[in-house]
Amino acid sequence: MSAAARGLGVRGRRIAAYYGGLGLLAWDVGRNAWLPRRYIPLVVSGFDAIGVRSLVVANTAAMFTGMVFALQASVYLSRFGADLYVGPLVALSIVRELGPVLTAILVGGKVASGITAELGSMKVTEQIDALRAIGVNYVKRLIVPRIWAALLVFPLLTAVADFVGLVGGMLIAVYERQIDVYLYWNTIFYWVVIRDLMTGIGKSLFFGVLVTLIGSYNGLDMTGGTEGLGRATTATVVQVSVSVIIADFFLTKLFLLL
Amino acid sequence: MADVAIRFEQVWKAFDRNAVLRGLDVEVPRGTTVTVMGGSGSGKTVILRLTAGLIKPDRGRIEVLGVETPPLREEAMLPLRRRMGFVFQGAALFDSLTVYENVAYPLREHARLSEAAVAERVHQKLALVGLRDIDGTLPAELSGGMKKRVGIARAIVLEPELVLYDEPTAGLDPTNARLITELVEGLKAQGVTETAMIVTHDLEFARTVSDLIAILIDGCIAQIGPPEAIFESRQREVQAFLAGELEP
Repeated sequence: MSAAARGLGVRGRRIAAYYGGLGLLAWDVGRNAWLPRRYIPLVVSGFDAIGVRSLVVANTAAMFTGMVFALQASVYLSRFGADLYVGPLVALSIVRELGPVLTAILVGGKVASGITAELGSMKVTEQIDALRAIGVNYVKRLIVPRIWAALLVFPLLTAVADFVGLVGGMLIAVYERQIDVYLYWNTIFYWVVIRDLMTGIGKSLFFGVLVTLIGSYNGLDMTGGTEGLGRATTATVVQVSVSVIIADFFLTKLFLLL
Repeated sequence: MADVAIRFEQVWKAFDRNAVLRGLDVEVPRGTTVTVMGGSGSGKTVILRLTAGLIKPDRGRIEVLGVETPPLREEAMLPLRRRMGFVFQGAALFDSLTVYENVAYPLREHARLSEAAVAERVHQKLALVGLRDIDGTLPAELSGGMKKRVGIARAIVLEPELVLYDEPTAGLDPTNARLITELVEGLKAQGVTETAMIVTHDLEFARTVSDLIAILIDGCIAQIGPPEAIFESRQREVQAFLAGELEP
């Protein structure tokens, strides 16, 4: 066997081990999904960490994405005399794809790397072992509240980002392409159906769980002290971005079948 | 059988290809303080972590407080761990919580006590380890010795049947090391820690606090006995270890 084939084999095993570990953590989270009342404040603080502190990032990205999309769409649609459809084109793109994906990548990268850093430093300083030694279920205490918070916050953030993106598109449509504001919104409400909105929100639920799991797993699985912690945090950002994009393809196929 | 708190039978544990424990057999009788001594990397801390179920052996049988631990899943280990206290080498205090919250943490997790009862118990344990008026202090603001004492207070706050100490005097100046020695001895004399397993390389500490000392060499117990028997041992390996002449 050549060195390249052996290298691929090793890399393949490493990837399989990573996703296997991630799957086992997801299984553990599922088994520990019920939370006692004393952990509810942890879910609430998760709202703040994931949601409130990510509003600016998510909405800035959404606003400018909506604006760029409206600029591009209006230029090309005007060639066919179809400027009227700028609104629906921007809306469908944002609501079905860009809203949930961009929110998941930006907010997910930020939140998941923070989770990796926190859990990783707890691991380095033996605080996770201390929790276990006290008889605390660390999955229930450290990960499940974050998963619940992400499940609740990601759809809300996505919905807000969708709206902000549409407003961004409207600014360009109205002030740059002189499209009537009522026409912009009317065409959106005519062409975009509730199913489109639900597709995006459904994706955001899945992305919320995915990015929280990746952040948590990389924190718990990190090795190599503080240097390893830096590597794990960087890896989290990359893995969140790639995983969200890959998952988006399969989710899009799934939602089109439903 | 019930008078044994910890029993290891033919326990093997390796990390990567480095076999640390090689068929370890050891027993800790209830009501005794047993100290495990050995060189750096000899597997002393591994024994404590195996006892608490934080890691699993590759082979062998471990029984702790009447429960056989290796087959147990993480969740099934939790009730047993509540019957033990673990004092970590670096204290492992929760760095975002104050001293009070650190010591109160096990009570809030496992004991249904009123806030007044929690406060009373926390202050009692902090007083026992010689700490007062530092409730609101964060771990980062404490000295090494104080961190260890808070770690001990947290470990004994649920009044466990068994306390595991990992290098309690490591990294401390002679004064703090003496304070910790007196504290461990005092807790034993007052019956706060009924049974304890300690790992250390501090000979003087081991001599003072132990009922039995076990010398760990090459992944097995080379000799176990009362301190005087160990310090007067005729076994060549034990003599070499005590003289600091054992090759790592």
